[in-house]
Amino acid sequence: MLLGRTANGLYWMFRYIERAENMARLIDAGLRMALTKTSDAPEEWSSVLMSAGVKIGYDNKYKEYNASLVSDFLLRDLNNPSSVMSCVETARSNARMVRTALTREAWESVNETWMVLKSTLASPIPETDLPRVLDQIKRETAIIRGAFHGTMLRNEIFNFARIGTFIERADNTARILDVKYYVLLPSISYVGTTLDNFQWESILRSVSAHRSYRWVYDIEYSPVNIADYLILNSRMPRSLNFCYSNIVDNLKHLAVDYGARHECHDMAENIMTRLENNNIRTIFDNGLHEFLSDLIYQTTGLSRKIAKAYNFD
Amino acid sequence: MKPFDEMIKTGDEVRQPYDQLKSWLDTQNPGRLAQKALDAENVFRKTGITFAVYGDEEAAERLIPFDIIPRIITGNEWRRLSQGIEQRVMALNAFLDDIYHRQEIIRAGRIPRELFTHNDAYLPEMVGFRPPGNVYTHIIGVDIVRTAENQFYVLEDNARTPSGVSYMLENRETMMQLFPELFQQIKVRPVETYPKMLRQSLAAVAPPGCNGTPTIAVLTPGIYNSAYFEHAFLADQMGVELVEGGDLKVENGKVVMRTTEGNRAIDVLYRRVDDSYLDPLTFRRDSALGVAGIMDVYRSGNITIANAPGTGIADDKALYSYMPEIVEFYTGRKAILENVPTHRCSEPDTLKYVLEHLSELVVKEVHGSGGYGMLVGPAASKKECEAFALKLKANPKNYIAQPTLALSTTPIMTEKGLAPRHVDLRPFVLVSDRIRITPGGLTRVALKEGSLVVNSSQGGGTKDTWVLDD
Repeated sequence: MLLGRTANGLYWMFRYIERAENMARLIDAGLRMALTKTSDAPEEWSSVLMSAGVKIGYDNKYKEYNASLVSDFLLRDLNNPSSVMSCVETARSNARMVRTALTREAWESVNETWMVLKSTLASPIPETDLPRVLDQIKRETAIIRGAFHGTMLRNEIFNFARIGTFIERADNTARILDVKYYVLLPSISYVGTTLDNFQWESILRSVSAHRSYRWVYDIEYSPVNIADYLILNSRMPRSLNFCYSNIVDNLKHLAVDYGARHECHDMAENIMTRLENNNIRTIFDNGLHEFLSDLIYQTTGLSRKIAKAYNFD
Repeated sequence: MKPFDEMIKTGDEVRQPYDQLKSWLDTQNPGRLAQKALDAENVFRKTGITFAVYGDEEAAERLIPFDIIPRIITGNEWRRLSQGIEQRVMALNAFLDDIYHRQEIIRAGRIPRELFTHNDAYLPEMVGFRPPGNVYTHIIGVDIVRTAENQFYVLEDNARTPSGVSYMLENRETMMQLFPELFQQIKVRPVETYPKMLRQSLAAVAPPGCNGTPTIAVLTPGIYNSAYFEHAFLADQMGVELVEGGDLKVENGKVVMRTTEGNRAIDVLYRRVDDSYLDPLTFRRDSALGVAGIMDVYRSGNITIANAPGTGIADDKALYSYMPEIVEFYTGRKAILENVPTHRCSEPDTLKYVLEHLSELVVKEVHGSGGYGMLVGPAASKKECEAFALKLKANPKNYIAQPTLALSTTPIMTEKGLAPRHVDLRPFVLVSDRIRITPGGLTRVALKEGSLVVNSSQGGGTKDTWVLDD
């Protein structure tokens, strides 16, 4: 038994930590793309903002897209609730709220991340420093993950935190794919142009999968394989399949612990079944974009149902 | 006159309780000690042992400076202090029971009735009601100062929601991490049982209708409260829920908290929310920090609130000056611990005296706390005194005045080595089936040379406090 507010705090704390890390990856991928001569840099930054789900907020503030404005907006802008600094602030206030549910190591890791990034992100980051700062963000969130996994009891507290992580990650991976779905469509030709190859690598890079892809598939990028990897592969830690199987698992633990199943259990299992009993050809045939936008919609709905079931709506 | 120093007598002679510590200090490399002080600060920052200073946007979260030189009290000194404290908290509870029932002390003419009739801390809602176990103030922090070898004064009885106990515990924890060898040489009485005792103490005053292990919760105003760290710390150490007003509601005559498995009843609520915010149906209607209807549940005996609403009347500064009478009236003995002589500015002759002697006195607001809104005459400029005199004349009954006490000093680590600074002491007392006093308490220290204000909101620090097991 947990306070509903505590479950809520854990869930959002981990959603925001996940989001902070994803932001760093998106900027990283954006930087990479903007460096290639063949690409249209402003266009790339605009799609980074779209993947981050903050394009409207950005457009209200700025008229042009470039590395320094976009990365500042995504890293430091406290008016952007999804900027790394906002995420870390929110994650830390949630951690403070649920402090009694965290081990000392877990709490301290979040608190330290907050202290470190508050000072790193205190002033604008020159473009030459961006790679170092992005690395630092990823390292900090990795330490939080490590402290959490290494010290937390596998109970309801753990389950709510994990559900938060994977709902956020599923949403993120689906968005990254959906923003770029058109470059994955195989209609034009099966052999990609140089630009296509950069685009495909950028997608993989934004989920830190550009190296592991080669371990699983061919050395050549192919849109079908990339989509397969990020949607259906059950071993890839940021794929939709992987996210959902973790969501389902953690929800199951809660159902056993509490002796009760709720609507959210059925819903998560249905989505899981759709991911398991599917192949990438069918998904392409039925429309990749339709599939992804439906999944984003369903994930939002699932999040609401979980909150309702466990009294934190 | 030089104030009493707890380590060094006149000349270079070390007071006996500090013998061992002083010889140990003399063998230490100053650089290493300075490093230890930094280590301590890092521990506090990392752990997030911070407090918020109201009205200070820049430093929303600050550390209370920690000084690594412990303050030492002998077993004998402590025995006398704890007897005095015990007597005092018994008197406070008896007094609270009396003024919410028969008011014998007023009938006996020992204190004036006006003290209650126009006092917001006196809650008519409590009249005729007896809290479970007949305990009103369960958790008390008695502020004590020392002025000479055998001279202690009680400055204040914090009988509502005293804070600081988490610092007492963390200070000890930190010291044991930094100087394990010292604790092997010097036998110090432990403080770390406090959370366990608090839990036992709260469980012992569960409502009569509660069967089995009572469900206890700590009620906090939330993460923006200055003492939030302490609320979370205590809930954690006791293994109970830390709740906010929004988690609670009244259902079927019980106060329940909203959990992942539905609503669960609470038997004992250790609240760190002020009386006026406790129940919007009874007190401040705009309060979002409390629980609507909790006073009804309380009055029907279905929940214990610690401390009881209305206990503030017992630590009201206007009442303070009557404490010697109160202790004697309820315990039949003279108070073991002395009160600081107090001038009540509400009395015209006294007001005149206070105005004439402002530069020698400490003037406090009757309802103030935390060192806000007070005047320390000897440290104030002429201008500050004049400005304060205007406030005082405008509303004399809002103030009391006391002579400036020569608070004892203990050494702190400064960049130039050890230097004496003024200290006070807040021991923590638990009252329920019996009285539990943790040996020692929180020593607060004024870090500025010569300063007498130890409050953390005014630049004070803390120290570990050792009661010797001798």
